Amino acid sequence: MVSLIFYFQVHQPFRLRKNYSFFDIGNNHFYEDEEANRAILNKVADKCYIPTNLMLLDLIKQYPGKFKVSFSISGVAIEQFEKYNPYVLETFQMLAETGQVEFIAETYYHSLSFIFSKEEFKAQVEMQKQKVEQYFKQTPTTFRNTELIYNNDVAHFAEQLGFNTILAEGANQVLGWRSPNFLYQPVGSYKMNLLLKNFKLSDDIAFRFSNRAWEDYPLTAEKYASWIHSIAGSGEVINLFMDYETFGEHQWEDTGIFNFMRALPGEILKHPDFQFLMPKEAALNYTPLSQIDTPFFVSWADLERDLTAWLGNSLQDSSIEKVYEIEEMVKATKDPDLIHTWRKLLTSDHFYYMCTKWFSDGDVHKYFNPYESPYDAFIIFTNVLNDLIQTIKNKSKNKLSA
Amino acid sequence: MKVLMFGWEFPPFISGGLGTASYGIAKGLIHNDVDLTFVMPTRRGLKFESGINIIAADEVHTIERFNKIITTLKKYDTSTITKSFTIAPYFTSEDYMEYFNTHHDMIELKKVLQSQKGLLHFTGNYGKNLLDEVYRYGIIGEIIGFGNDFDIIHAHDWLTFHAGVAAKRSSGKQLVVHVHATEFDRSGENVNQQVYDIERFGMENADKIIAVSYFTKNIITSRYGIHPDKVEVVHNAVDKNRRLDAYGIKKNVDEKIVLFLGRITMQKGPDYFMEAAHRVYKKYKNVRFVMAGSGDMLPRMITRMASLRMIDRFHFTGFLKGIDVERMYALSDLYVMPSVSEPFGIAPFEALLYDVPIIISRQSGVAEVLKNAIKVDFWDINKLSEMILMLIENDKVANEVAEKCKEDMSNIGWDNAGLRIKNVYESVLKN
Repeated sequence: MVSLIFYFQVHQPFRLRKNYSFFDIGNNHFYEDEEANRAILNKVADKCYIPTNLMLLDLIKQYPGKFKVSFSISGVAIEQFEKYNPYVLETFQMLAETGQVEFIAETYYHSLSFIFSKEEFKAQVEMQKQKVEQYFKQTPTTFRNTELIYNNDVAHFAEQLGFNTILAEGANQVLGWRSPNFLYQPVGSYKMNLLLKNFKLSDDIAFRFSNRAWEDYPLTAEKYASWIHSIAGSGEVINLFMDYETFGEHQWEDTGIFNFMRALPGEILKHPDFQFLMPKEAALNYTPLSQIDTPFFVSWADLERDLTAWLGNSLQDSSIEKVYEIEEMVKATKDPDLIHTWRKLLTSDHFYYMCTKWFSDGDVHKYFNPYESPYDAFIIFTNVLNDLIQTIKNKSKNKLSA
Repeated sequence: MKVLMFGWEFPPFISGGLGTASYGIAKGLIHNDVDLTFVMPTRRGLKFESGINIIAADEVHTIERFNKIITTLKKYDTSTITKSFTIAPYFTSEDYMEYFNTHHDMIELKKVLQSQKGLLHFTGNYGKNLLDEVYRYGIIGEIIGFGNDFDIIHAHDWLTFHAGVAAKRSSGKQLVVHVHATEFDRSGENVNQQVYDIERFGMENADKIIAVSYFTKNIITSRYGIHPDKVEVVHNAVDKNRRLDAYGIKKNVDEKIVLFLGRITMQKGPDYFMEAAHRVYKKYKNVRFVMAGSGDMLPRMITRMASLRMIDRFHFTGFLKGIDVERMYALSDLYVMPSVSEPFGIAPFEALLYDVPIIISRQSGVAEVLKNAIKVDFWDINKLSEMILMLIENDKVANEVAEKCKEDMSNIGWDNAGLRIKNVYESVLKN
């Protein structure tokens, strides 16, 4: 049997106010662009989350026990659903109730905390786990790190935290000559199972679907299923990992993406040797083919599949160093609001906006960047960070004098 | 160009900042070839600098003036004077006599003419009869307006607004009112309604309003309902109250602020500021640096700052305009202009308006005028950082530098203000 594993990433950051200036430091502690966050969330809910969730519900009813998908929803996205559009959460809960949908653990704040603070990382994974349990009544056993950032250490740490399956990018620097279409095991691990994204087949849907210059345009469910079926005999798991916003948001409805997805399960299941699985079921169905050694970080971003979307230029490095530098000071306040505010600044998107790589990935970065330039993003972030630092200092000063 | 200017005080008679400003503006205008007649309530027997035509309201012989007016009206037919009256455009000399006999101001005037031998009484003080004097000043304005020997009228603050508007009415000439302070500045939220009404009356009847700051302009538009296009901002050259309080703001950070404000281009030397800032930053933490402005070097400066890891002490504001420029200067403790080459450069003057001490490069033209400014070679980063440290650590020296520089620049500052006011006149007269 060959299995298809669909995994969708759902994430929305709390974007900062575009006009948070030097003059706001010390005067204004409202950092977030409430209006934009609400508008974007509701727009994406209408175009993607709600219609796609309802479509998946239909497909699950149509193929009981057979059509399965998985999600990772960042804690900050869940918070925004709670705040701006609780109906989205309800539809996710409806999906959870079918038993054919797995919810995966990640960092609550969609952060790069694994790289900068293991303590913070652990806390955020725990928070996320609780959120999943609270809403979806399941305890995640699968883990994926922010933006599929992965190396041997991430796998070992996740294993220690009790997870038995982990997702990563099937990048060339991970796989070398090997195929992504098998279950693997991280080097030095005994229990952990590693699922690697088939980026060719994933990106056919996520990025190339509506590209008229692509030789395979237009992509039909039938054509796509034939590519999948051709793997019969040379693979076991085909991992299709993508942003959930692919449906209706990155690929608009008029590209035919919904019709494609509606027809896909039927086309795939026409072949008796093919099935859909949730990530947690992979380990029950397959044995790892071999161990994979990944000493360096990989991610699913850009062509490099590395960390350079978030780290590497001085804007990114100086601001992320500073924001983690104050961790102890923030936590010492024991003020849940301040800690939450600080944690929201750890969200990886802030550093993604500061990326200055403007070559082939520039378009994607631009699409996702609410600021005019990486420099604007940096200035706003540092203004906010300076206000937060000053707020905390004043608070501890007042405490001392009280 | 002939200007009829109404003020309330004038050196040597000064009790507030208005006198200094009026004097500075008058001199600045004269230096810019404006023929100025300055009207004030009374000379109080004091001597005034020659070269300025002064009319004291308490010396205006109203009976004489009125006889002249009536004769003038009789001499000309109605069409020549119709445009003089905004309220009743078809006045004849008979109508005028009628107006003279019934209108409130005129009835009072008539009484005064009879009782005081044609002279009105003014103290020029700010005492309890202030409002009466303000109205009487209006009568003088109306009478002087009939003289009609000027191109434009200029009135300073609410005390003179009645006079200005009356002169406009009787002369048909255009009126510029100058707002140095509003009732909201003087009294907070507990405004005196009568004063507010006069201010608003003046602003509404003016053809143009000059505000002394964007902050004031903001009050004029938001509190008095005046369209922003009608308000021009001309900063006075010297103003004692330009620090934070004047803008209703408090300092937003605890540290001293060192400012670079200008285009972020090679010519202005932002990179030298950056490197000097870093040297200071390594030794001294009670300071923040702000680079305000934009330009082709901005991305490079931001990247450099990030590389130097100063993000908790170095800020960029982007291009600032209007009220934000004022706020930025008012918040600053030191202004640095490390220009590589600068023919003149007005920014140090602006900084001094806000009592901010300055460091300028020897390579800038202003260095010649500002004899008391701290000067360094733009390339001498070590010296620059030493000087920054010295001034932010030593308030006394910093204040001295600011004070002395202000003396150096006061003439130039007023000439500049005069020129800008002249430009306002020209734009008004063009319409």
